Amino acid sequence: MPRWGRRAARCSAALTLAILVFLGTPAGADEPAAGPSPSTAPAAEAPKLDSGDNAWVLTSSALVLMMTGPALALFYCGLVRKKNVLSVMMQCTFLMCLLTVIWGLYGYTIAFGEGKWLGDCRYLFMKGAQAAWKDGKPDIPLYPGLTIPVMTHMLFQGMFFIITPALICGAFAERMKFSTMVVFMILWGTLVYLPLAHAVWGGGVLQYGSEHAKGISAGGALDFAGGTVVHISSGVSALVCALLLGKRLNYGKAPMPPHNMTYTAIGAAMLWVGWFGFNAGSALGSNGLAASAFTATHFAAAAAGLTWACLEWLLRGKPSVLGTCSGIVAGLVCITPASGYVTPMPALLMGVAVAVVSYFFCTVVKSRFGYDDSLDVFGVHGIGGTLGAILTGVFATRATGAITDPASLVGKPLGLLEGGPLLTAQLIAVGITWVLALVGTFVLLKVLDAVMGLRVSREAEIEGLDLSQHGEEGYIFI
Amino acid sequence: MKKVEAIIRHFKLEDVKNALTERGVVGMTVTEVRGFGRQKGHTEMYRGTEYEVDFVPKIKVEVVVPAEKLQIVLDTITRAAQTGQVGDGKIFVSDLCEVVRIRTGESGVVAI
Repeated sequence: MPRWGRRAARCSAALTLAILVFLGTPAGADEPAAGPSPSTAPAAEAPKLDSGDNAWVLTSSALVLMMTGPALALFYCGLVRKKNVLSVMMQCTFLMCLLTVIWGLYGYTIAFGEGKWLGDCRYLFMKGAQAAWKDGKPDIPLYPGLTIPVMTHMLFQGMFFIITPALICGAFAERMKFSTMVVFMILWGTLVYLPLAHAVWGGGVLQYGSEHAKGISAGGALDFAGGTVVHISSGVSALVCALLLGKRLNYGKAPMPPHNMTYTAIGAAMLWVGWFGFNAGSALGSNGLAASAFTATHFAAAAAGLTWACLEWLLRGKPSVLGTCSGIVAGLVCITPASGYVTPMPALLMGVAVAVVSYFFCTVVKSRFGYDDSLDVFGVHGIGGTLGAILTGVFATRATGAITDPASLVGKPLGLLEGGPLLTAQLIAVGITWVLALVGTFVLLKVLDAVMGLRVSREAEIEGLDLSQHGEEGYIFI
Repeated sequence: MKKVEAIIRHFKLEDVKNALTERGVVGMTVTEVRGFGRQKGHTEMYRGTEYEVDFVPKIKVEVVVPAEKLQIVLDTITRAAQTGQVGDGKIFVSDLCEVVRIRTGESGVVAI
């Protein structure tokens, strides 16, 4: 997330101008791309609220909420058996409530307060973000360096805090105890997601250009909308969940086909739409960068859906709805970290690449190792996110103008293709995210297994989670 | 009285219904069912996992008729539902001991 977005342009404009002038003489590849753009002037003026930017980010926030409910809920619930359809919808819907409350109380400040490892308390209980009476008039504080209120930024980021844990639900579908899931998600959100979000987006040790990143992650990695924070963290945690919970009863013996592929197709299409908010909204402004991210997102999704369907067509004889939907989601996952940094043709390529790799993981690798990642969260999000974060280090270009802060990095080449050094940092960030997700999830699940138990009883699993956990049925014959 | 249960193909339902109505059959019950006979099932594939689906979807038509109309009904259904391919279905006939019309309480053949 380019939190640094306009900081240089607006807050440190004088310094920026000085450095641009200083470096403006013809030089090698490190020459800043352009002279001062019109937005860098006037100097030293604090950014004002921009109604266009605010409208787009608020709209994006709503789109990202829609990704969890109903999009992800539909996408997932169509894939489970009839007797568990509500349990999956409930997990997504309940998490929308639960994680929002945590985000408002302390989540936002840990992720986006200042600090090396964790944020400070500046936004605790929304203090520092909310409306306040100041100097004899009402005041809605703006996010530092941006043209949107802190609350808009908080809302937008809060939706990411909802969908990331919700993604994991696909791995333990049809067997996890609801009460344990609730406690697990509170702890996972607090101990895995928040520190990671701070490290990557909140000025922490993994963020590109952050002062804390120098010794730790080779200057920091780029993650436009959440390849590491959202997809690797949820996908890798999902794998740990699938392994520690064990397979569903009779997995591999009894048939467990999706009970309603129409829900899944609707959910996938809604995810695609919601993802425009996720990625293009991450520009945190209604600007050219948002258009660029929107384009990359759209192209990658299309290319990946097409590729997955064609792979099936070639290898299995028929292109399937589920295959096309899986490809679309994999493409969206893969382009997420890169969306603000790549041009359209690399986005198409990334879509093709992730479809091939995720297809291989969901069909060949999973069946070879025999783990029951019920809805392929690892194969699509873990693997797709990893590939996306690495390919960001290859294809990222300074041409999108996403990097505007710190001034010393403006105009530096980024990805391997334009001779930039980014790839090393991307690999380090991927590695750290994998380790954090693996270790964090493993420890949490081991503790919860000892304290509460992870799975429902055998009888409850046979009866179905809808009845045993919620006392309801999805389809009633009246 | 006889109860006729015919298992037929989905797309033949309209033909069977029309043919029976023309022959004076005044009511029927239709259900979506699954089962198998000589027609093999099919394979479904979801993200690389293959499932053999043995139970093929069919339509079951239930008709109750006076014994003397049985042969006409059987001929009518057979003609209307036939394609000549494996999977056309089957007709089961059984004796029926009673029929009651709930609205009036009438019973027997008049209640059909």
